[in-house]
Amino acid sequence: MILPPEAASETVENRASTGSGAVRKQRIKREGVVIRFAGDSGDGIQIAGTQFTNESALAGNDIATLPEFPAEIRAPAGTIAGVSGFQVNFSSSEIFTAGDEPDVLIAMNPAALKANLGDLAPNAIIIIDKESFNDASIKRAGYKENPLTDHSLSKFQVFEVDITGLTTRALRELGLSNRESHRCRNFFTLGLVSWLYQRPIENTVKYLERRFQKNRQLAEANVRALRAGYNYGETTEMFASSYVVEPAKIAPGVYRSITGNGAAALGFVVAASKANRPLFLGSYPITPASDILHDLAGFKNFAVYTFQAEDEIAGVSSAVGAAFGGAIAITTTSGPGMNLKAEAIGLAVKVELPLVITDVQRAGPSTGMPTKPEQADLLMAMFGRHAEAPLPIIAAATPADCFACAYEAVRIAVKYMTPVILLSDGQLANGAEPWLLPDLDRLPPIEVHFRTDPKGFMPYLRDEATMARPWTVPGTPGLEHRIGGLAGEEGTGNVSYSPANNELMVRTRARKIAGIAREIPPTEVFGNAAGGELLVLGWGSTFGPIREAVRQLRERGRDVSHVHLRYLNPLPADLGDVLRRFRKVMVAEMNMGQLLKLIRAEYLVDAVGCNKIQGRPFKTREIVARALQLIEG
Amino acid sequence: MATALTRKDFASDQDVRWCPGCGDYAILAQVQKVMPELGVPRENVVFISGIGCSSRFPYYMNTYGFHSIHGRAPAIATGLKVTRPDLDVWVVTGDGDALSIGGNHFVHVMRRNVDLNILLFNNRIYGLTKGQYSPTSEMGKVTKSTPMGSVDFPFNPIRVGLGAGGSFVARAVDVEQKHLGDMLRRAHDHRGTSFIEILQDCVIFNEGAFGQLTDKATQADSQIVLEHDKPLVFGKNRDKGIRLNGMRPEVVTLGNGVSEADLLVHDETNLALAFMLANLEPPFPTPIGVFYAVSRPTYDGAVNQQFQQAREKLGPGDIRELLHRGGTWEVH
Repeated sequence: MILPPEAASETVENRASTGSGAVRKQRIKREGVVIRFAGDSGDGIQIAGTQFTNESALAGNDIATLPEFPAEIRAPAGTIAGVSGFQVNFSSSEIFTAGDEPDVLIAMNPAALKANLGDLAPNAIIIIDKESFNDASIKRAGYKENPLTDHSLSKFQVFEVDITGLTTRALRELGLSNRESHRCRNFFTLGLVSWLYQRPIENTVKYLERRFQKNRQLAEANVRALRAGYNYGETTEMFASSYVVEPAKIAPGVYRSITGNGAAALGFVVAASKANRPLFLGSYPITPASDILHDLAGFKNFAVYTFQAEDEIAGVSSAVGAAFGGAIAITTTSGPGMNLKAEAIGLAVKVELPLVITDVQRAGPSTGMPTKPEQADLLMAMFGRHAEAPLPIIAAATPADCFACAYEAVRIAVKYMTPVILLSDGQLANGAEPWLLPDLDRLPPIEVHFRTDPKGFMPYLRDEATMARPWTVPGTPGLEHRIGGLAGEEGTGNVSYSPANNELMVRTRARKIAGIAREIPPTEVFGNAAGGELLVLGWGSTFGPIREAVRQLRERGRDVSHVHLRYLNPLPADLGDVLRRFRKVMVAEMNMGQLLKLIRAEYLVDAVGCNKIQGRPFKTREIVARALQLIEG
Repeated sequence: MATALTRKDFASDQDVRWCPGCGDYAILAQVQKVMPELGVPRENVVFISGIGCSSRFPYYMNTYGFHSIHGRAPAIATGLKVTRPDLDVWVVTGDGDALSIGGNHFVHVMRRNVDLNILLFNNRIYGLTKGQYSPTSEMGKVTKSTPMGSVDFPFNPIRVGLGAGGSFVARAVDVEQKHLGDMLRRAHDHRGTSFIEILQDCVIFNEGAFGQLTDKATQADSQIVLEHDKPLVFGKNRDKGIRLNGMRPEVVTLGNGVSEADLLVHDETNLALAFMLANLEPPFPTPIGVFYAVSRPTYDGAVNQQFQQAREKLGPGDIRELLHRGGTWEVH
């Protein structure tokens, strides 16, 4: 988390050339700022937020974002249910989360104000669209009184900007309909906020020209709105100063901004390319996983097949078929789809074919809150198949980490001839952060060796080191063989009902998966590796708030450390030893305590939980509070 | 090399374990006989099945094979065929596997027209689970799960295949070996999803379900063999035929002023006719043969064509360039 803006402010000289002879305004330096854009789900909030994020990334800040949108595509306009939000934290120092409390709220209507007011930092800036605060919309948002006049906003700095009117005026000559110019309000707002935080807007101009390539008028309108907003900030007397957030000191290299779903898609493409095999995705659209399908569908020239199947079951089954044929096969889904895929995943476990199943977790049970994140599929990933069907599980910690985890999942699947579950969640999927592009030559190799030698061939003859069976694909002369779901004899794979063979095979498959622990790197402890008072253990998207909380606690002199697990099955070989070095272990996760159960069962460690099941990420302060309670209690 | 193969080359070393007298034996024998004639190298042949008696089929073929899970074989085969268009992929399924638990995959593979051959063994009963009614069992059928008779209206697999947009829909009978062989060859030669409903006798739980059709005494009068461009003639003495009366088919006896010229002539490319023929159930003779066969782009062909187009337009993908898309910045 970033410091409150007041803590790091410093006036710097205004070096900008202010067009049209406007007043010279002072610029105030800030370490970091959290902005939340909010409006109707049709207001273009996500686009404005994403563009602001890109501008900030290009300005060299460290960034983290938290988009929040309703599951309804267009909920009734002006209602709380229809409010879409996009929070971005940009900073000149390293940040781990999108921020607990926005310093700035852009509210495009009264509902957007009402829905977000409770989250704001004290003295936060609120920019509202004046025209949208009419009696009808104030009432529709559920306000009894106009919040702009009833003094309920007195602890904030409220700026009433006539966003709608100014946008309409800026576009007057273009002959657009009211509706069309109304839809450019998001870019007017983006322009204004870009000025307020001194973000360059040229990249957004280029983006608009690309996006509306086929409709010059709309491109022109949005660019005009953007510039009008920027210039308005420069010239209006309403804003006495703008703010500067200097570039962050981050590791050198080439960066881009990436979402978790975008990173996962790239991880899969790069993995397949490293393996020199085509990539096959069998998938059925489901929130919040669909973007991986969308991205991969555009990569056909990279030998990427995408199959939008008739259902979740066909999605995974087609991937099993593609794996049988020698492709790098993956399927992507969210919790409800995981339920449906269970039987086919069990088949892949039994026939020992490589397959990666990505579960972008969302709040549940059942349909739950499709656009909200949760981490409650861990035990399903572990045990959600009938009988003994173990498989490796990997969880990504940040949006960019989805790249490395997707790559790693493919590597393990191929090396050990096994399905692998990759756990992401709605927050990682849609959240963005700067991504230091990897050196492709330094990624671990993914080697695919199809068996071609008929001499001594048996479909379940195992590699001594990995216990993997040979990947033998149709089309290979002399190696014709049958695989299937029925119990099979060790070696030949022939159908076998031998009791002893069944136990042997169950134990063999379990040993193969457990053996992967050999190559899991030693557990990294943030804080005190030698042990201490409290260890906060986490996995998945809780990385940001846990790391930030532990950092703050350590700054305050507390003996708290953090371990974040990427490998959830098998667990790292040294984890038990690490856990036992700490007096207390707290597992922070967005569920009722699923990793907690595994840890307690596996290591007999008396760990306790820190749990949140609200479809929202932890706030840093929530983890801090629970940790202090444990230390002091 | 492929031409030198015999039926024995397609028999695996596994003991065949269907019940004695099961119609599956006849189908296996015919498939193994036809395979060498198709000229496909054995290593390029793949049999994929779901669950049920019929789905044990791949274990007995000395080709690549995959005995998968209930109902999902068409989906598995789709993933395989799309990524490996070089393979000759066969799906073996049953009435429960394809039309009940796997109904969704069955209709979607048909509409997509993936270049597969689907052999649906229809015995109108659940055999492997020991005798419950199936989605093709006739109404009123008394089984273990329907002691007072089934109240489920059955599927007509040919109609389902046609309704799902199938480009090749045929029916054969397990014991009519020559005709079955012809259908297998036709199915193999057809580009797209080739669907053959094979009427198959379950001697344990539904013996004689198609007795009328297979019994020498009644066969000729109770079945009609569809042949493209030929009039619909049947009967022991080939003296009966099917004629249209308005929009409705009727059985007529040739002679007494009725000649072959009055009969319906089969046209495999006429979908309306195919539906009409699919609807012929006793007391009409049961049609066997190709109901419908048209050329339509295949899904796997179209996918791979887009693949080529993308490569021609954009060149083979450059991973480095891909990672840099969407705007990058450098930190020094």
